[in-house]
Amino acid sequence: MAAATRGAVGLPGILKDAAFYALGTFALCVPVVAFRTDAGPTGGLELTPRWGLVLALCAAIFLARLAQRLILMRRDARRALTPARSQATEAVGATPNAGQRVSMLALWLFIGIALTLPVVAALASGSLGEGRYWIDLGILILTYVMLGWGLNIVVGLAGLLDLGYVAFYAVGAYSYALLSTTFGLSFWVCLPLAGLFAALWGMLLGFPVLRLRGDYLAIVTLAFGEIIRLVLINWVDVTGGGAGISSIPRATFFGIPFTAGEDGFAARFGLTFDSMHRVVFLYYLILALALITNVVTLRLRRLPIGRAWEALREDEIACRSLGINTTTTKLTAFALGAAFGGFAGSFFAVRQGFISPESFNFLESAIILAIVVLGGMGSQVGVAIAAVAMVGGPEMLRNLGFLKAVFGQGFDPNEYRLLLFGLAMVAMMVWRPRGLISERTPSVALGERRAISGAHVSEGHG
Amino acid sequence: MSVAGINVLVEETRALAAEKAGVRKTLLSVRGVSTYYGSVAALRGVDLDVTEGEIVTLIGANGAGKSTLMMTIFGAPQAREGTITYDGREITRLPTHEIARLAIAQSPEGRRVFPRMSVHENLQMGAALHNGQYFAQDLERVCALFPRLKERLTQRAGTMSGGEQQMLAIARALMSRPRLLLLDEPSLGLAPLVVKGIFDAVRDLNRRDGMTIFLVEQNAYHALKLAHRGYVLVNGRITMSGTGRALLADPAIKAAYLEGGHGAPVEA
Ligand SMILES: Nc1ncnc2c1ncn2[C@@H]1O[C@H](COP(=O)(O)OP(=O)(O)OP(=O)(O)O)[C@@H](O)[C@H]1O
Ligand SMILES: [Mg+2]
Repeated sequence: MAAATRGAVGLPGILKDAAFYALGTFALCVPVVAFRTDAGPTGGLELTPRWGLVLALCAAIFLARLAQRLILMRRDARRALTPARSQATEAVGATPNAGQRVSMLALWLFIGIALTLPVVAALASGSLGEGRYWIDLGILILTYVMLGWGLNIVVGLAGLLDLGYVAFYAVGAYSYALLSTTFGLSFWVCLPLAGLFAALWGMLLGFPVLRLRGDYLAIVTLAFGEIIRLVLINWVDVTGGGAGISSIPRATFFGIPFTAGEDGFAARFGLTFDSMHRVVFLYYLILALALITNVVTLRLRRLPIGRAWEALREDEIACRSLGINTTTTKLTAFALGAAFGGFAGSFFAVRQGFISPESFNFLESAIILAIVVLGGMGSQVGVAIAAVAMVGGPEMLRNLGFLKAVFGQGFDPNEYRLLLFGLAMVAMMVWRPRGLISERTPSVALGERRAISGAHVSEGHG
Repeated sequence: MSVAGINVLVEETRALAAEKAGVRKTLLSVRGVSTYYGSVAALRGVDLDVTEGEIVTLIGANGAGKSTLMMTIFGAPQAREGTITYDGREITRLPTHEIARLAIAQSPEGRRVFPRMSVHENLQMGAALHNGQYFAQDLERVCALFPRLKERLTQRAGTMSGGEQQMLAIARALMSRPRLLLLDEPSLGLAPLVVKGIFDAVRDLNRRDGMTIFLVEQNAYHALKLAHRGYVLVNGRITMSGTGRALLADPAIKAAYLEGGHGAPVEA
């Protein structure tokens, strides 16, 4: 009954509200969308009015708002009538809740798709070569998954807001590029070195910011990222400056090059040569690296150091008074997060064969951070899903032909990437303010103590 | 004779017996400590002793510097003047985490439990110092002390009631097996019955386990009744000290801290 009354009274109000939103959209559109400026034949600016587009946008907003209000209204009404099944507090008991079950399912789904992607792509599009687009996209997404998981250690677990994460990505990439082009070291030697260098830089950043938290930390790390980029641009003798470093040695199959020749990969393994072998290899390489990042993070979360990170995020003062050395705790978080960034960086370099400071600008840091935040700080599966959405999403848009029909031939969705970012962020903050997967699984569930590693295992039957 | 009277008698005998044993040594000694926030002094030359096996209560008005004194003992902020000695060793300049490793634990003002971690994990953090060596038996012990916690081991600490969080804060401090336990206003915002439960637990810890306890309280009546000795802090200075009973009987204290408030019973 309550619902019916509310619905009857609410409808005009909701219509008014939606109209108000449409009006707001109109006001915003007039200066931004309504006129397109082109250079006219005489060199002056020509204004092309686009009122149709403005109208379409206003109508879209109107309908979206209307739908949202109606759905919310019905949900509220339903909630008001049915007693809440779950209490405000979390239920006592260790059975996994819906959120955790979903994330377990998503985890296996994710791993399954990731493992079979090259095969599926090849089968679906006829040959490996034709499936290349999908495999490349997979590599790109997995790179961001790995970066997201790496940054998650710093931001999600230890709670240290780092806006300059791309600096470590850059350090890793340049480490591999410089070591391989000047000393001729192989990728497999450079990979750990790149991680090590990045970790050192992580510590270097960690020291001066030990006492900072929150906003201040964010600003300093942001500056750090920019400093690294500027050094890369200006230290021309070593880094090649803005031109970057090219002809970086390609990846080999543990020493066997992917070439058509006698001792190439294909010949050695009795396959016919296909340039796609290298791409598939790269795909599985980044998948392995990403999974290693994940496994290490999950393991560490159960060890004292991982606990210390989480405790640090929750309350630094309480942490200290429990005898935890917050200095080393922070430094290890920075160093480890940076090391994974370094690994990803050297993978980036070996994949591209060419790097320049352009690839390591603030936008990259922002994307990685957005992935972590959207994923629900601290949730591994959430980060993976967010990476797929943030990196794969714009790519998908590119393929949607009908958008061109709506917005005109010149429409390139990639130009609207940042707009989508903003929209995704706003939508998330409205509907899931704590990220996609906000459930934090306790690192120890009572009753399955055998799964716990570390010192707490031996006893703990409380 | 009233029940309260008998309690007082029992306590006196106990205190006397302990003194006669004569082996008690000073565990914590604060000498001439001044602490500043910037250029503002919060403590001005505080002297205070806590003897092994004692409950010592510190009372004082809001802003007197009680929490500051507790935090200064823990090294954050550090004392600008004076010395703090614990178990014969000077700890004035030690960093907080090293002080904690000397078997001093605190339940800080405002509880400061780790809200997104479960009760169980909070307790594990408390046991981090010993790498979980005694975790199982200590868990049992604190669960016996606070049965509420046992029911709620898997609950997120941040979703518990204020009183439960207070119990957790104390329990977490106990998990590190301290010799000296510092408690800052454990009764803050709790219902009288819960307060009684917490004070009973404190008394148990002291009587049964011989734990030394330094208690900061607004709830002067209960705290002084519980304590062997007490100090009064006014504007960063210790103005009075004595046995709990003597302070309770003092007219000045009665006027300033007991009259009309803080659970003092109306006695005929
Ligand atoms: N971080 C700080 N920075 C500056 N001044 C502080 C800080 N902490 C406390 N103070 C000041 O120091 C004085 C003592 O504060 P303290 O917290 O020790 O009081 P308290 O006796 O614990 O009071 P309450 O009973 O209200 O908890 C107060 O005047 C307070 O304003
Ligand atoms: Mg205080």
